[in-house]
Amino acid sequence: MSVKLTVVLLLSIAGTSILGTIVPQNEDPAAYLRAYGEFVYRLFDVLGIFDMYHSWWFQFLLLLLTINIVVCSIDRISATWKIVFVKNPSFNLSRFRNLSQKETFAENHPPNTLEKIYKPIVSKYFGYTKVEQTGRGLCIFAEKWRWTRLGVYTVHLSVILLLLGGLMGLHFGFEGFVNIPEGEKVDSIQIRNTGEIHHLGFEIQCEDFNVSFYNNGAPKEYRSRLTIIEKDKPVYQKDIIVNDPLRYKGVNIFQSSYGKMPSNSTFKKKTPAMDPSGEITLNFANRKSGASYRIKTILGKPVDLPEGFGKFVIVEYIKGAEFRGQNIGEAYKGILTPADGNPLDVLLPLHFPNFDRMRKGALVISVADQKTEAFDFDERSDQQYYTGLQVTKDPGVWLVYAGFIMMIIGCYITFFMSHQRVCVEIIKGKAKTRVVVTGTANKNKMGMQQRVKKLSDKLANL
Amino acid sequence: MSSSNLLSITTFIYGAAAFFYIANLVFKKPLLGRLGTWTALFGVAGNVAGFIMRWVESYRLGIGHAPISNMYESLVFFSGTIIIIYLVVEKQYQNRIMGAFATPIAFLTMAYASMSPNINDSIQPLVPALKSNWLIAHVFTCFLGYAAFAVAFGMSLMYLFKQREVKGKSSLLARFPKSQVLDELNHQMVMFGFLFLSIGIITGAVWANSAWGSYWSWDPKETWSLITWFVYATLLHARMVRGWYGKRIAYLSIIGFMAVLFTYFGVNLLPGLHSYGSV
Repeated sequence: MSVKLTVVLLLSIAGTSILGTIVPQNEDPAAYLRAYGEFVYRLFDVLGIFDMYHSWWFQFLLLLLTINIVVCSIDRISATWKIVFVKNPSFNLSRFRNLSQKETFAENHPPNTLEKIYKPIVSKYFGYTKVEQTGRGLCIFAEKWRWTRLGVYTVHLSVILLLLGGLMGLHFGFEGFVNIPEGEKVDSIQIRNTGEIHHLGFEIQCEDFNVSFYNNGAPKEYRSRLTIIEKDKPVYQKDIIVNDPLRYKGVNIFQSSYGKMPSNSTFKKKTPAMDPSGEITLNFANRKSGASYRIKTILGKPVDLPEGFGKFVIVEYIKGAEFRGQNIGEAYKGILTPADGNPLDVLLPLHFPNFDRMRKGALVISVADQKTEAFDFDERSDQQYYTGLQVTKDPGVWLVYAGFIMMIIGCYITFFMSHQRVCVEIIKGKAKTRVVVTGTANKNKMGMQQRVKKLSDKLANL
Repeated sequence: MSSSNLLSITTFIYGAAAFFYIANLVFKKPLLGRLGTWTALFGVAGNVAGFIMRWVESYRLGIGHAPISNMYESLVFFSGTIIIIYLVVEKQYQNRIMGAFATPIAFLTMAYASMSPNINDSIQPLVPALKSNWLIAHVFTCFLGYAAFAVAFGMSLMYLFKQREVKGKSSLLARFPKSQVLDELNHQMVMFGFLFLSIGIITGAVWANSAWGSYWSWDPKETWSLITWFVYATLLHARMVRGWYGKRIAYLSIIGFMAVLFTYFGVNLLPGLHSYGSV
């Protein structure tokens, strides 16, 4: 057990971890077999490479690292403890005198007068001070932040908390998933990786699922309205989105995926298919004024638009039109030729009269006299969805979070604070008094030299 | 002028700053060094202005978010941070030679962001997973860490060059800061970077726990950030406990930065949760 071993362990964990980032983890065995062939597959399987971060040897490395940290820390802390918890810090004058970096200046006052002036200033910067007489004058010793020598143990303890928290989560927690169709409920989930069924002790009902998109087609929000039902009574309801889960009795429920329920097109049931060769009544509305016009036409016959907006012609009837990968049912495709612009394609779904508003043109075109229902494309659809939920429980998470906080504080103390000691030696001379300022720190010695210089400048320019 | 234009111009300013710093190193004219500093300051002003403009532009598009949501934006933030950290070090240590090593990294980063055909500089809306207050904390701290490691990398290269110096022979290397100073600076930058990398990993873990219900899932980016953390942890232990310094620390710092680069770029070649960073 030594720091050398710690470094070897750190590097071997780092080295082996790389493997798990190259070989995809927890995939289907058939996929591995295809990718690597029989021999490599068997070899990797035996070594647990396909779930390597949970394999026995990786866990063993982590365990060794933990034991090593504990042993090394205990080994060192007794010495540090003695240094930190000392009642009257003693100063070794010869150590300060031997320092190569010294700040020296001369003063006219005798040592005792200078001591009275200097002591409060030194005390202000360094806290604890102690004055000792020397053969040729006196010394003001001062020090601060002795306790920061313990900072590194805080970091080590935080790592141990993280590993303990991780272990606790692994053994007493679970990570699973469940898909719930809109309007239905479940009382159990499937554990990830093992596929076991886990009963929750309450039911999750998905009241509603919505997905919305940005104009560029990228997903904007996935939202599920969930109700927790316990003993047939709804006890809690919440809308969850990706970064805002539902937490109930230590179980966390996260929005993770969604999908469409396999079903026959719901559109067909509601309205019989149009006769595409028949007469079509189109509605044109001026977006600004709100004025609307109805014009009758048939497929392929161009019409002149009101208010000099140009021409419009329906060129195609589509039975199952698609918009951003979603079936939006029957639609006409038309070409709008504005009076002063290039022709553009316009899609007119029969079931969504407001669809053309999304185009943000001056004229909103729709097919009139259709049995349609209010539809805000971004919010609702007749398509039935299921919501994919990630369901987890991790009783170790508070330990991990405590470890996180400790690690940040510990790192700050270890890196940027040091046990600093200074010595202001005042030496009686024949005509003048000589003042020598020196200082040491257990870390960042260069920075300490700057602080010594600053203190010396301060004292010299009083 | 759009933010992308301004940031493209910033690329050239950083290029000029790198040129001045390198010219200062080669021709030993203090004026060139001062020009380098002023150009770098000018560039960083453009960088910050571009960053803010982009933020404002995203709100005008109705998809307001901090401009740190994809590869282009992160590269812009990264190069700005490198220059700011470098300028602070320059002021503190009154040495412009280091600029010849730090500013080219920022320039190349910006140039890659602006010119590479693989990088899309349009402002995109946030996908649901990125809509979180943790986004800013996570990305800011990670990139502060990365930038500090980049500067440490520059110092390490300088340290290794400095070792080839022949005493008494007047050369470029004589103008480098003392080995001891470079070594100490390398160590300081690594400590600074390590603290922020730790905070970056931690904020990422807390965020993952609130978005996916698991603070650690060994996805390639997470794993690589941990590998990077281990490399630098090794460096710090070697230094603090075993008393390593100089060459060996410089090599470790270089290896660490390679791990940073892989965490940043290489991981996008592997499958995983962090795919936003690749576009």
